[in-house]
Amino acid sequence: MTPHAEIQRQTPRAPHDGREFILPPANIVATENGYVVEVDMPGVGKEGLEITVEGNELTITGRRTSELPEHELCYCETAHADFRRVFELGPDVDTARISAQMQQGVLILRLPKSEKAKPKQIEITEA
Amino acid sequence: MAPISEMDRIRHEINRIFEEPFSLMRQGSSFFEGWEPALDVYENNDRITVRAELPGMKKEDISVSLEENTLTISGERKREEERKEGEVFRSERYFGRFQRIVTLSQPVDVNQIQANYKDGVLTINLPKAEAAKPKQIEVKTS
Repeated sequence: MTPHAEIQRQTPRAPHDGREFILPPANIVATENGYVVEVDMPGVGKEGLEITVEGNELTITGRRTSELPEHELCYCETAHADFRRVFELGPDVDTARISAQMQQGVLILRLPKSEKAKPKQIEITEA
Repeated sequence: MAPISEMDRIRHEINRIFEEPFSLMRQGSSFFEGWEPALDVYENNDRITVRAELPGMKKEDISVSLEENTLTISGERKREEERKEGEVFRSERYFGRFQRIVTLSQPVDVNQIQANYKDGVLTINLPKAEAAKPKQIEVKTS
């Protein structure tokens, strides 16, 4: 996944009851074996998480599951909306082996690189 | 939401601190550095509820304390060990220490306070002290 080829969209393609989604912050780290993406989505549990891969686009949607009190005086700093972020994956990602974990509102996505994308040492033999 | 220029944002922040019914303060005097977890403060007749968005923390690393009518939420979010290696492509999430202070507008019953941390959200329920609850006063005619 190249950083330059990443797509971020704040509004969903198919608007969901007119509400805009929040773009959650993400950290992306690349190692030899793959990428690790961590996304902050407080209030989202395993049940509220939706991950889809279409071609080379990975879409993460996080729906908040907790109920907020209504009709009360509120000093509110948080945005009461769900999360969505789209990533464009490079050809080196093995989409069949993507795994996801949700831990205290943080999504940890592991995107392994496909075998042929990994650097290999070529052995030199004497003729 | 229209983009707010930086100057507007500073002015908005300062106004907010002085005008709000609950006075919330951030760490030190700096508005823009480090992690500032977002808070919601709700109030009804019976209780005050504070919700703080603190994703990815361990319960042990969060501290909630009440002194008179000042509620302090603080802690430290630590980076995962394995994530310290590798090439960083994006780093948008905050780590490190944070502190938020809420000045409660009414006295609360200290013994009934409950704090719960789930899905990265810290919810603190502060029931109001009996004396603070609004009471209906009967109007009699003499």
